[in-house]
Amino acid sequence: MPEPAVRFSDATLEYHGRRIWSHLSLGFEGGSFVAILGPNGSGKTSLLRAVLGLTELASGTVEVLGQPARRGDSAIGYVPQHQNLEVDLPMRGRDLVQLGLDGHRWGLGRPDAAAHRRVEHAIEAVAATAYADAPIGRLSGGEQQRLRIAQALVGDPRLLLCDEPLASLDLRHQQGITELIGAWQHGGERTVLFVTHDVNPVLDLVDQVLFVVNGRWAMGTPDEVLTSSRMTELYGSHVDVLRVHGRILVVGESSGSGFEMEEPHHLPVMPDDDHHPPQASA
Amino acid sequence: MDQILHLLGYEFAQNALAAGLVVGIVSGVVSRFVVMRNMAFAVHALSELGFTGSAGAILLGVSPVVGLMTATTITALFIGALGVRVRERDSVVGIAMAFGLGLGVLFLSLYPRYATQAFSILFGSITGVSRGDVALLIGIGVVTLVALGVIYRPLTFATVDPEVAEARGVPIRQLGVVFLLILAAAVAEAVQVVGVLLILTLLITPGATAERLTVTPARATACSVLVALVAVIGGILLALATNLPVSVYVTSLSFAGYLLARFVVGPRLLGTEGRGASAAAARADG
Repeated sequence: MPEPAVRFSDATLEYHGRRIWSHLSLGFEGGSFVAILGPNGSGKTSLLRAVLGLTELASGTVEVLGQPARRGDSAIGYVPQHQNLEVDLPMRGRDLVQLGLDGHRWGLGRPDAAAHRRVEHAIEAVAATAYADAPIGRLSGGEQQRLRIAQALVGDPRLLLCDEPLASLDLRHQQGITELIGAWQHGGERTVLFVTHDVNPVLDLVDQVLFVVNGRWAMGTPDEVLTSSRMTELYGSHVDVLRVHGRILVVGESSGSGFEMEEPHHLPVMPDDDHHPPQASA
Repeated sequence: MDQILHLLGYEFAQNALAAGLVVGIVSGVVSRFVVMRNMAFAVHALSELGFTGSAGAILLGVSPVVGLMTATTITALFIGALGVRVRERDSVVGIAMAFGLGLGVLFLSLYPRYATQAFSILFGSITGVSRGDVALLIGIGVVTLVALGVIYRPLTFATVDPEVAEARGVPIRQLGVVFLLILAAAVAEAVQVVGVLLILTLLITPGATAERLTVTPARATACSVLVALVAVIGGILLALATNLPVSVYVTSLSFAGYLLARFVVGPRLLGTEGRGASAAAARADG
């Protein structure tokens, strides 16, 4: 078995004095695509922040590629939760990508042919060349997200962390982004940790699922974890896992009788889109 | 014209231009970040507390420039220490400003012959700057520019994209405090030209004008410096030719520059880029 790309050992995380999860011990295999699922507030983003070295664990350790997690690790690429950038932001897509390459370095940053080529290459890889010189705030959400992926990959990381990269994108852009990440991962021993509400868009790519609920977690292949019995155990109340047209839907009892659903987990966020039939909600 | 050339032979005019050159460059660069980081209110507070500092210095018989610098630095540290979150920041700035101005009133009332000096601090008096003050201004200006040069890239990263910057190891919080200290120095410099009350003409207008002209960050910074320099140097020269205060011309020039950029030049330069982007977006969205 290969060395895990990320390994939590007996890790406990607290947020503003509240214990999110404790005694977490697990490893994400190098070269695997891991989907991190679970309701809001279950600490998915905190888990990524711990891997980035931005959140200190209350106890235990987290190792990234054999080293203790540390801030600014150049082996990690990071795509934050998508927010549209300000319309007036005086910056081009190209500049955002460039910051991902050398924005953390001191000094003015003089033009450099090698850096320019890398930025150019990263933009081509996400097929964003056509709009890389336009003001980034005026691009669509999907275009901005492609540039975000280029920004995360321009430093040639070995581990890619994505926090809800598909949220607020329509299905076609979701597919586009998913394909990009899949293509990148197949290029070598590259690991992806992918926090998401909805596992379906990435189901074909996923090797492992980590499902976190109220401090409990389950990990394994989608077929092992996303079952009615495992989910019921995890949530502590009855949950059905349905497979409909190749999609996985996790459906809980209505609120009040079992657990509270803040939102329909695993149901895709459906933008107004005429091409798709309406989905049943939980 | 002849009058300007004649006056340029005098030391006070040379001092003013030397100081103006440094102030213009510093203001131009700092103004970019002030606009991007939404710090107009902090600039206003720093400069008004600079007034209190100068008033205190005059009362003690010290150089007003030193008093100004001290007050803006203390204010910057106060805001940096207490105003961590953006939401908190404006309140902390307001709290500091209110108390500081109260002190200013106290100093003013303790020193009865203060009126003319108060006027020059409030509205600027660069033609009255002494050789020693010019040396001090140039020294502070150079230190400020070097500091800005060192943090320029990570500060840009932290400003436009804080989440990824933090993940890449950029010390966001520390940079915020360092920038406040740089801002304190820039305010102390700009107050010499336009005074406390008109400070925003040098620390907001150039940066806001530049954003109307280009979306390329390096070019925007160059535009911002150019606008600030034209306003300061042009203002000093025009003031030498007439008898009106420098700040009248500096504010008018920078305002004219903004209007020109916003309504005449900018729409031509940016309009095409903007249309290109929305057209690309429209194509991608199908």
